[in-house]
Amino acid sequence: MKPNLMLRLGAVVIGAALLSACQLGTKSTKQEGYRGTGMDQITLAAASKKIDPINVVPPPPYDPPKPGGRPAKEAYQNVQVLGDISEDEFGYTMAAITQWIAPEQGCNYCHNPANMASDELYTKKVARRMLQMTRNINTGWTQHVKQTGVTCYTCHRGQAVPTENWALPAKGNEETILGNLHGQNKPVIATAYSSLPNTAFAKYLLDSNSAPIRVQTTYSHPSKYPATANKTTTMEAEGTYSLMMHTSTALGVNCTFCHNAGSFQAWNMSTPKRVGAYYGYRMVRDINGQYIGSLASVFPKHRLGPQGDPLKVNCATCHRGINKPLGGVSMVKDYPALRPAGPMVTAAAAPAPAAAPTKMP
Amino acid sequence: MALLSFERKYRVRGGTLIGGDLFDFWVGPFYVGFFGVITAIFASLGTALILYCASQGGTWNPWLISIAPPDLKYGLGFAPLAEGGFWQVITVCAIVSFVSWALREVEICRKLGMGYHVPIAFGFAIFAYVSLVVIRPVLLGAWHFGFPYGIFSHLDWVSNTGYQYLHFHYNPAHMLAVSFFFTTCLALALHGALVLSAVNPKEGETVKTPEYEDTFFRDLIGYSIGTLGIHRLGLLLALNAGFWSAVCIIISGPLWTKGWPEWWNWWLNLPIWS
Repeated sequence: MKPNLMLRLGAVVIGAALLSACQLGTKSTKQEGYRGTGMDQITLAAASKKIDPINVVPPPPYDPPKPGGRPAKEAYQNVQVLGDISEDEFGYTMAAITQWIAPEQGCNYCHNPANMASDELYTKKVARRMLQMTRNINTGWTQHVKQTGVTCYTCHRGQAVPTENWALPAKGNEETILGNLHGQNKPVIATAYSSLPNTAFAKYLLDSNSAPIRVQTTYSHPSKYPATANKTTTMEAEGTYSLMMHTSTALGVNCTFCHNAGSFQAWNMSTPKRVGAYYGYRMVRDINGQYIGSLASVFPKHRLGPQGDPLKVNCATCHRGINKPLGGVSMVKDYPALRPAGPMVTAAAAPAPAAAPTKMP
Repeated sequence: MALLSFERKYRVRGGTLIGGDLFDFWVGPFYVGFFGVITAIFASLGTALILYCASQGGTWNPWLISIAPPDLKYGLGFAPLAEGGFWQVITVCAIVSFVSWALREVEICRKLGMGYHVPIAFGFAIFAYVSLVVIRPVLLGAWHFGFPYGIFSHLDWVSNTGYQYLHFHYNPAHMLAVSFFFTTCLALALHGALVLSAVNPKEGETVKTPEYEDTFFRDLIGYSIGTLGIHRLGLLLALNAGFWSAVCIIISGPLWTKGWPEWWNWWLNLPIWS
């Protein structure tokens, strides 16, 4: 009987261990493609019902002021971005921003209380650039943010530094074989815990000069077509895969939310959501290059990454595990100062490279 | 297909599971039996339905013909024929004919007084199919989750269903299944090669006994599993390949909804080092 007992005990222990690593709850399902394509979203019903408090839109600081009144640039000094809005709306916007970014530190996180107009604190310079960025996103990147728009809260969520960020990774010991892991075999959320390279952000999301994400070529022998062919190697495709894993995880969806695996490249086989993602990557590059990148010399050392570059954004910074940040609630409609009427002069228009998604079904 | 002179003595009546003497006869080399009739009816009906449904699909390109399961909204209910209903009926036909074929194998085993190894082995293949089109869809609450019947379309389904979990190679049961498939090939290649090396010598040379085969592997790796053992091993490996394939798809969705790489965090989170 003894070996039998041991066997049974072992089976129970192993069975329990295996089940404990499973999600046993009921599932909620959603069809994303034509029947039979296998394009479906399957999630835990409990997880999709429960709303994380971080993804709830906070109420305005007080009732939005009525339009009209003295412009802010006449009421205050050194108002470079929000000068044209009314004095009342300016105060309202400042109160909201304080709640969103520095709820504990208050106004003094950015301002010298003795001289509110002074730019002596680095945080004020950063905030000004971020206001320009937010207004640019809401007017120049509507292909991604649509009419829902963004506010400071979309990234900040009550934190001075958004918790979802990235910086250039610390350089490994590339002199030795053992010391250089090529950014792999580190199970981090940036790669959805896979062994794919974790340097994808640096490669694809740094700025508008970042490497093209697409790896498929339209030629059978790309090396014979020096000018136009996509000569990305199989190894490099791992970086793209890694980035896609990040995007999926950041949005709480799987690959088939945008793609049909029959052809990841073909726009006419992809879902319309892929168009949003296409502009999203370009928006992130614009944010990281034009806005955060321009602040590299402004940030103090303790706000920089291991290679001395500022902390940047990726999909997760706004999305936080759901495909529409903050549940798709348009927050910016209560803060018109963050979405000026016309397109900004400084707005970097979305590039329209070859094979842009013009012909969507 | 001439009946061999000695074959007649193995053709005994009885041993049927159902139907008694009805259909307990042979047509040419084939034993018929109740389940042979059922298999023939449902296989023909299913094939005819596939052909009819294909005729409604707009293409006769054999690569592109596809008979798709219903939309998600039909849940576990019946769908209109043209919107997945055909898929449902064809699935029933397929399961009935596969199971009848297995039961016909059982009846033949009973007639011959043999073990049920062959029908049990075939049962694993049926289990893998039923996992895909019944067990997993029922666990997920919709026939929608079955795979489409088409050459390219079922491959696309496999690919997309894999990408629902970001990187399917991290699925532990998929790892086991793939390992068993490869090991099955290795074992079959070694076994086939060893047998041929012993019993299919050049002209003029003598056939070698199993002792030679055993000695070859004892010299090579210190152990020979033996003439009976190799077949037990082969069956074990092959059945495990099919079994873990079925498991790997059943757990994808019903028991795990995120990317498979993330599943392995249980290892990182073990209290030993976390």
